[in-house]
Amino acid sequence: MTTTSQPTDSLGQPITVPDSADTFVFDASDGSRWELVCGLEVHAELATATKMFSGAPNNFGDEPNTNIDPVTLGLPGTLPVVNERAVELAIRFGCAIGADIRPSVFSRKNYFYPDMPKDFQISQYDQPIVVGGHLELPSGHVVGVERAHLEEDTGKSTHVGGQGRITGAEYSLVDYNRAGVPLLEIVSRPHVRSPEQARSYVAELRAILLATGVNDGKLEEGSMRVDANVSVRPEGSDELGTRCEIKNLNSLRSLGRAIEHEARRQAELRVAGERVRQETRHWNEADGRTHTMRSKEEADDYRYFPEPDLVPVDPDPAWIERIRAALPMLPAARRARLAGASGIDPAAESIAVLVERGQDEQARAAIAAGGDPARVVVHIEQNLAGPGGADLDPSRLAALVALEVGGQLTATQAKQVLAEMLTDPADPAAIAAARGFEAMGTDALAAAVDGVVAAHPAEWEAFRTGDAKARGKLTGFFVGRVMKATGGQADGKAVTALLRQRAAG
Amino acid sequence: MRAMPARITRDDVAHVATLARLALDEDELERFTGQLAKVLQHAADVEALELDDVPPTSHPYPLANVLRPDLPGPTLERAEVLAAAPSTEDRQFKVPTILGESP
Repeated sequence: MTTTSQPTDSLGQPITVPDSADTFVFDASDGSRWELVCGLEVHAELATATKMFSGAPNNFGDEPNTNIDPVTLGLPGTLPVVNERAVELAIRFGCAIGADIRPSVFSRKNYFYPDMPKDFQISQYDQPIVVGGHLELPSGHVVGVERAHLEEDTGKSTHVGGQGRITGAEYSLVDYNRAGVPLLEIVSRPHVRSPEQARSYVAELRAILLATGVNDGKLEEGSMRVDANVSVRPEGSDELGTRCEIKNLNSLRSLGRAIEHEARRQAELRVAGERVRQETRHWNEADGRTHTMRSKEEADDYRYFPEPDLVPVDPDPAWIERIRAALPMLPAARRARLAGASGIDPAAESIAVLVERGQDEQARAAIAAGGDPARVVVHIEQNLAGPGGADLDPSRLAALVALEVGGQLTATQAKQVLAEMLTDPADPAAIAAARGFEAMGTDALAAAVDGVVAAHPAEWEAFRTGDAKARGKLTGFFVGRVMKATGGQADGKAVTALLRQRAAG
Repeated sequence: MRAMPARITRDDVAHVATLARLALDEDELERFTGQLAKVLQHAADVEALELDDVPPTSHPYPLANVLRPDLPGPTLERAEVLAAAPSTEDRQFKVPTILGESP
């Protein structure tokens, strides 16, 4: 193999692409096999009270053009001053992903567009504040982070006419409330190997940003925005193909769909003997395709140069250590802890859901109080998601689960009692009794089963002598009849066990 | 950082003019290429110095970490600001359609 110069990232580090058992590999129309290589750029608005470089409020949803001051509008003679809180939040994020916190410099990124009145955006270029670090996804796949840099958000343009798109619009309206809002642009390495990993990465990033209070996690309000850099290569190859940047990914679902579509589009181009052009493409949710937006300008075209009005940010190591020490436990560690306490797979959806909702402590306490782990997790995930659910005393949940596991309550009854427990402080057993959910005694249950069996001799004969398939079908029939006969108080599992016992006897 | 080319070309100037949305005619392109070449000659003079031991400097001041607390300050009166704009509509600045996209 001939050695060529190793491709490098924006900071001169060699670009590597990890293998993954979950890599998205697909067939092109000629039967050739291709694999995906993807990196993600996430713009996260920082949860500050004010803007990056001035005291104008940072507040989503306010009346247009009310959160503006002379700095926001770039009026002559105004000077930017860095928001200390924004720097702290960037450091907090960097510490949370195990990155280096570096001395950093702000630069001007020059471009002409009315969403920035200054005609440039203040960003960080070759000296970002956060370098390196990684995220471990629930599946165990690790995605490296190249960098995260501080910058200011742009204003919001609304294009009038031309179906709201810039092409064909008659004019645009601009609201500068968002202009100058602090942003952290988090750039992953090309370590994302499948649409599912892309969704998982963004979900994990969001969980970390939420847990650390860096960002409010509201994708739907645009406080987190995702762009995907997608390329493909022949299966097993180690080439780095030409990439396209996909914008307008407003949900995790769009993200996954857009990446898959784009990978297939690029493979078909190459199969047809054409080359992939490096460009920015716009995802159209309605037609499920990406469309050319503009060919990619070279980075030099933004004519970055150091911002003369700002001095470098060089955080004191003691400050960084204080921020690091104050970090809360992070989602991955909390998932591992809950998985350990419950015996459930750390990659299970329910574990991620409980941690994201902040109900992992509730689950651990209920398990510690003697609650069956699987039932505790199911009840919290499915039945304690609503208002007040997180406030339920874990020991009361454990008591309810004990009734259920002990056979005194069916799963359906337990759910009803649980709903009542949110407003009724009484003991679960008392609530069950008040509802008439008395424990169905073994004898009474057996009598009910025998009664149903006697009333349906033909079905019973088929059940007794049938194969597993026939038996499976008829189990539903008999359980249904017993439920009806007992007014829903019978436990389905217990009935099934009794039926099997009778058939074997 | 890209190494500086030996001499700025007419094409370089035309490219920068496009980025800056400047419409230059042939004579201007010619004239500015010469003028910019002279300006860049000063940078070439600096390049001739032995500066291997001097760290890159983004700023002349021996200062870092000029930060402000995250406290809201005064905002401008919208009516006053919009009154200064050439065109407005629905509480916003009205601008001609600009081809190109935000970064």
